[in-house]
Amino acid sequence: MTPSNPTPAAVPTAHATPASRGGRLSLHRFANPGRFLRLAARVQPFLTISAILLTAVGLGLGVFVAPADWQQGDAVRIMYVHVPAAWLASSGYAALALASLVSLVWRHPLADLAAAEISPVGAAITAVCLITGSLWGRPMWGTYWVWDGRLTSVLILFFLYAGHVMLVRAFDDPERGYRAGAILALIGALDLPVIKFSVEWWNTLHQKASITLSGAPAMSPSMLWPLLICALGFSLGFAAIITARLRASVMERRVRGLLAAAAARAT
Amino acid sequence: MTHLPFIAASYAVFFASVAWLAVGAALRLKRAKARLAAIDPRARGDA
Repeated sequence: MTPSNPTPAAVPTAHATPASRGGRLSLHRFANPGRFLRLAARVQPFLTISAILLTAVGLGLGVFVAPADWQQGDAVRIMYVHVPAAWLASSGYAALALASLVSLVWRHPLADLAAAEISPVGAAITAVCLITGSLWGRPMWGTYWVWDGRLTSVLILFFLYAGHVMLVRAFDDPERGYRAGAILALIGALDLPVIKFSVEWWNTLHQKASITLSGAPAMSPSMLWPLLICALGFSLGFAAIITARLRASVMERRVRGLLAAAAARAT
Repeated sequence: MTHLPFIAASYAVFFASVAWLAVGAALRLKRAKARLAAIDPRARGDA
């Protein structure tokens, strides 16, 4: 049975807080699923179009315009997919940890859903990073894989993402799954500095950072700009995919709530 | 040793992954919109 005219009480608002109802705290204004859906529907086209354009321009420049490397030759063009994927794998996990913190501390209703939607996408991006890294390593290092600090810590990041996906879905009660996943995500954030500094702390085949916040980049501008454009395009694409998945998740939650309310009325 | 197969394989992995994620998200969103609209006509404005 489907309700023809559900009452407002039947529409789930997750765990709405007094602040979300009053709109006093800016964070909780978006706890209202309807408000989030309206805002996300407006933002989604801009995210999607700008991501496609920037990624196309960045990859086009990287493949057809940027010069080959004097040591690596054309294999350096793998950098334009590998490095943005690596940055996104780490920053995506930071976003997962932030959503988990917001979920545990403020019980923000969208934070649980956001964390659950970030982890599968983050796992896929991390897999892209690992696979393209292996495909770059074979012609440059002579091997697809070595168990050094950088590669192993990124592989652990992939397992953390995958573990979060499985843990969130492992409980009959979704709230328990979200809590357990949030704790795992926060503990797993310790892997992020290990990834960042692994090339400093240990001897590794992986090169050190070519771009730092404190110094000039050790890279020609003709290679740097396509890389930065790709990184921005990938990030906007990640945001677009997460936004679409989060919108779907909020709607699915609404549907479940409406059906449950209808079933309760029927009995 | 030519590097072309490694470059092509890297870009293929990237494009296949992005297509899988993007198409999956779009189809899921479309299904969710349709289900919600069928149950709650008021939700059409939200989506």
